[in-house]
Amino acid sequence: MFRRWLLGILAVVAVAIVGLLVIAWRPSIAPIDPPAAGSFPPERVARGAILAGAGYCATCHTARDGARYAGGYPMATAFGTIHSTNITPDPDTGIGRWSEAAFVRAMRSGVARDGSHLFPAFPFDHFTKVTDQDLGDLYAFLMSQPPVAAAPRDNTVPFPLNLRVLQAGWKLLFLRKGVFEPDPARSEAWNRGAYLAEGLSHCGACHTPRNAVGAERRSAAYAGALVDGWEAPALTAANPAPVPWSEDALYAYLRGGVSALHGSAAGPMSEVVHDGLSELPDADIRALAVYFADVSGADGRADRSDAAVTAALAASAQAPSSASDAGAELYRAACASCHYNRAPAPLAARPELALVSALGSDDPSNLIRVVLEGIGVEEGMPGVLMPPFAHLADADLAALAAYLRRTRTTRPPWPDLEAKIAEVRRHTAGT
Amino acid sequence: MTSLTINGREVTVTSGEDTPLLWVIRDELGLTGTKFGCGIGMCGACTVHVDGRAIRSCITPVAAVAGTRITTIEGLDPAGAHPLQKAWIATQAPQCGYCQSGQIMQAATLLKDFPEPTDRDIDAVMGGNLCRCMAYVRIRKAIHLAAAELKERE
Repeated sequence: MFRRWLLGILAVVAVAIVGLLVIAWRPSIAPIDPPAAGSFPPERVARGAILAGAGYCATCHTARDGARYAGGYPMATAFGTIHSTNITPDPDTGIGRWSEAAFVRAMRSGVARDGSHLFPAFPFDHFTKVTDQDLGDLYAFLMSQPPVAAAPRDNTVPFPLNLRVLQAGWKLLFLRKGVFEPDPARSEAWNRGAYLAEGLSHCGACHTPRNAVGAERRSAAYAGALVDGWEAPALTAANPAPVPWSEDALYAYLRGGVSALHGSAAGPMSEVVHDGLSELPDADIRALAVYFADVSGADGRADRSDAAVTAALAASAQAPSSASDAGAELYRAACASCHYNRAPAPLAARPELALVSALGSDDPSNLIRVVLEGIGVEEGMPGVLMPPFAHLADADLAALAAYLRRTRTTRPPWPDLEAKIAEVRRHTAGT
Repeated sequence: MTSLTINGREVTVTSGEDTPLLWVIRDELGLTGTKFGCGIGMCGACTVHVDGRAIRSCITPVAAVAGTRITTIEGLDPAGAHPLQKAWIATQAPQCGYCQSGQIMQAATLLKDFPEPTDRDIDAVMGGNLCRCMAYVRIRKAIHLAAAELKERE
């Protein structure tokens, strides 16, 4: 009796494994001889360069101080560290032997040329929405880059998650293939913005929270998430910035890296703006702004803007009075020379702290990181530098953050700020 | 090796990347008008301009200003006759003088952002520039005087 049960269970397991292998199996696509430099029409390469900017390919596929597109950039995920691959046309370590069909399959289905499954750190769940023509142009651009020999670095994904065959199951559950379908009820600009945002620009990869196995939760699209120690704020009405993100504010921010009524792009978002979207024509940035103004419902809340700005400037202009408040004293000595504003409007080069989402968020990570690391002269608003303040003690930084939160927002105090600051320091020291 | 422009002159400096800009300016480039006060960005004595805006050079690593235009007190005006410098002399603002180059560089950014500053604007923006001689009243007066001259020039 027992043996019969055991045999039965083994048979079921065997069938399941065979079934998974059948589902997971993808054929290898025949290697090609790397296309000679100059074998693609220049206009396709030029279009592809813009598309590579729209997808920030270089941001993830370039290691610090490494050759552009040669991979090796470490992405810390909940499932271990995954290193990006070399997407230069090097025949041995890059994608030089990938045909266009192999490239399109990778973008649409997350399968490498040799048939192995790619981890969804590569956002093929977004790239599947990109049109054939755009994928072809992107291929033409990448294959026209200088080949760089750089072997991929090993990932640290633990067993059994490192079994790529399991990705087939993940895809069955979470990958919805299919090119973006425009909504005929919406404007052309909205549809263009949605196509970029949902597809190549993969905005949800950071701004949408993920489930336990790392898939974006469709029911919580753009609800905000913590990625690699930075908070990607909600892009919905839940965004913590006091002034709703209007189309014009989004345009200014995505084009120039700063919105006077919202502050500067910092951290990974600065790279998105300055090392990605900067390739796009103004019309595409406008389209993204149209789309996200709709996602956030900004028009419905536009009446809040003036009151929020007035309140923010009243807070910014007030003299910190209490000499016994260490946070107020620090602000007066170290911050106000650059951040003080007054009515009628804040200046873009003086980011108004009472208006930034980092101060209104429930998570103080972004505020802490910016204070510790500063903002580079090419980040955020180009030409405006914030030096790092990592030399200040945790207790002082906590007093400063608590003071700003208390005097410039109506939100409850952040708990355990000192511990949080120490945690952020440890995190940034390790990257 | 970091390349930058200082007072209109292109230079490549060899100090380590995390060396504070202040040490590069004073020790490597020999421009000693910019002063060391606290070393933690709390007193303003080291204020210089990066791409035309005041920053504290004692806490800014030199690598962070690669490719930028740095202006120190020596480069604010070729003849040392910036309206702020003239107003400083007219009002006899300095006493010991140690903080004054930082005060003037910060005040230049103040006037750029707030061309007709109120006392409150001056107190807020200049609050991070300490003067141990307590010359604040004269500094405020000098800033108003310079603002008036700049307005007249328009």
